[in-house]
Amino acid sequence: MTNIAIKINNCSIRSNKVNSNHSSINISENLPKWAFGFMATLTVVILFGIFIFLLISGLGTFREIGLGEFFLGTDWNPTAFNAPSWGILSLVAGTVMISLLAISIAIPFGLSIAIYLSEIASPKTREILKPLVEMIASIPSVVLGFLGLLFVAPLIAGIFHLTNGLNALTASILVAIAALPTIASICEDALSNVNQRFREASLALGATKWTTIKRIVIPAASSGLIAACMLGLGRVIGETMIVLMVAGNNRAFPHSFLDAVNPMTANVAIEIKEVVVGSLHWQSLFMIGFVLFMMTFVINFIADLLIYKKSL
Amino acid sequence: MKIKNITSESIYFSIFHAMTLIGIGLLILTLILLLLSGYSVIDQDFLTRNWQHRDITQGGIFPAILGSLYLGLGVIVISFPLGISTAIFLTEYSKNNLLNRIIQLAIRNLSGVPSVVYGLFGLVVFVNILSFGSSLLSGVLTLSLMTIPWIITASVESFQSVPQKFREASLALGATQWQTIRKVVLPSAITGCITGGIIGVARALGETAPLIMVGATFYLSKLPSSPLDKFMALPYHTFILATQHSSPYANSYAAGTAFVLIMLTFLLSLGAIILRFHFRSKKDW
Repeated sequence: MTNIAIKINNCSIRSNKVNSNHSSINISENLPKWAFGFMATLTVVILFGIFIFLLISGLGTFREIGLGEFFLGTDWNPTAFNAPSWGILSLVAGTVMISLLAISIAIPFGLSIAIYLSEIASPKTREILKPLVEMIASIPSVVLGFLGLLFVAPLIAGIFHLTNGLNALTASILVAIAALPTIASICEDALSNVNQRFREASLALGATKWTTIKRIVIPAASSGLIAACMLGLGRVIGETMIVLMVAGNNRAFPHSFLDAVNPMTANVAIEIKEVVVGSLHWQSLFMIGFVLFMMTFVINFIADLLIYKKSL
Repeated sequence: MKIKNITSESIYFSIFHAMTLIGIGLLILTLILLLLSGYSVIDQDFLTRNWQHRDITQGGIFPAILGSLYLGLGVIVISFPLGISTAIFLTEYSKNNLLNRIIQLAIRNLSGVPSVVYGLFGLVVFVNILSFGSSLLSGVLTLSLMTIPWIITASVESFQSVPQKFREASLALGATQWQTIRKVVLPSAITGCITGGIIGVARALGETAPLIMVGATFYLSKLPSSPLDKFMALPYHTFILATQHSSPYANSYAAGTAFVLIMLTFLLSLGAIILRFHFRSKKDW
């Protein structure tokens, strides 16, 4: 505290000197403000830039392919010699299947961890466990994919008597692990933001701790919890490396979770390096990227509204 | 009724407890499995030698380690100043106006944009339009874009935790707003920004998809000496070894590389977490 008092002292002395010159203070005060404002608006520029560049690079797709064929076709085979086909529906189906299963594994799991950390664990346990959960978030997805290839896929193959375990189920399990820390930590934030007085009032009325959590804390935090699930869903849809490595890369339309699938992210990542810059195939991959961007944008937008509503 | 409530409470609580332990268990399991499958290849040569394309048992992953370190440094140089400046603007200069709201919306959306989309953006803008090619520079710029929203989020939190009275005391003593930020707020908040930022960089180092798109390489004849040189990186190296290499030793080498990668990211995150504890205990407010 004394330290800061001295610092404040120093700068007040200096400011007296500066105050004698009015125009210089205007510049030295406004310059940082405009500079920081400029840097801050860059985030908006980047987001808008991604939108524009993806759209421009991808829009040429529809000069040669109909909207219906692109969005409703189930056959993706741009390199076919005779009649290349450009339907992304089976890719979208792969993404949707993996996302839904992964998120339904990750939400109960993540929510449990959040409830434990925020409501049940002692402060000391929390101090140790929270950083550990953060560290799960720093496991690179390529590592999870590799371990999936080495251990989870053979396990799944053994359980369901398949020739290999590279399918939507394996991918979903691993993607769920990747999304777990995101969901857990945002849920935890939402739960800890609930006013302590709510809990005390409920306990004082004779409610047990579990009743308090179930009837008071979770409903009070609900918009934050839903936002956490939405953000988790966004993360799951965008997951690339795991699905690229263990989902099986099969272009056929999937019918069950034991089918190999080819989600949008994996398809873009694997094909983009093999196409000619600016070709129709290149443009169509950017269009898939644009569709992905819009899917996550809508999800994040809703999550943002929920969090904003809560903080009002 | 009371007894039934208490038993259901203890059942639920032990489920939550078990879930948490399983979560932590997954972390430990990951490390153990990697170590088990990779320990046979990790030695000094593996860490310090140049990569040998033909016979992978003869070489090491030094160029990939170096490439990842360069990427990390580049991301710090670009994304820290941008991220912290944005946080200063959001917390100190523009509170609760429309611009602030729009910027926040942009940040939340940016942090949810799939990495493969960042990769596409980097490919078209940095590699093709600005013609940086498949270089270290393109990789750094693409990864920086991904990291900026994480650093902003961490920094905003850090600036918000500086007590309002600090600012008021400084302003009341006649300091201008910029002096207050520079001499009072920033010194109190900067450690939080840095620790949050390091965790962001650790996550960026593990990103693979953008590197596939921007074009990391699997083999280098010489180490990169300028930002426009080609580069190798640990996550990309792991990916190629794990999926596209025919050598019978490829899996153990992939595991070894993955272990080095995960150690690098863990050391960074752990360092940041310890740093955070250290500063929090020294904090006198």
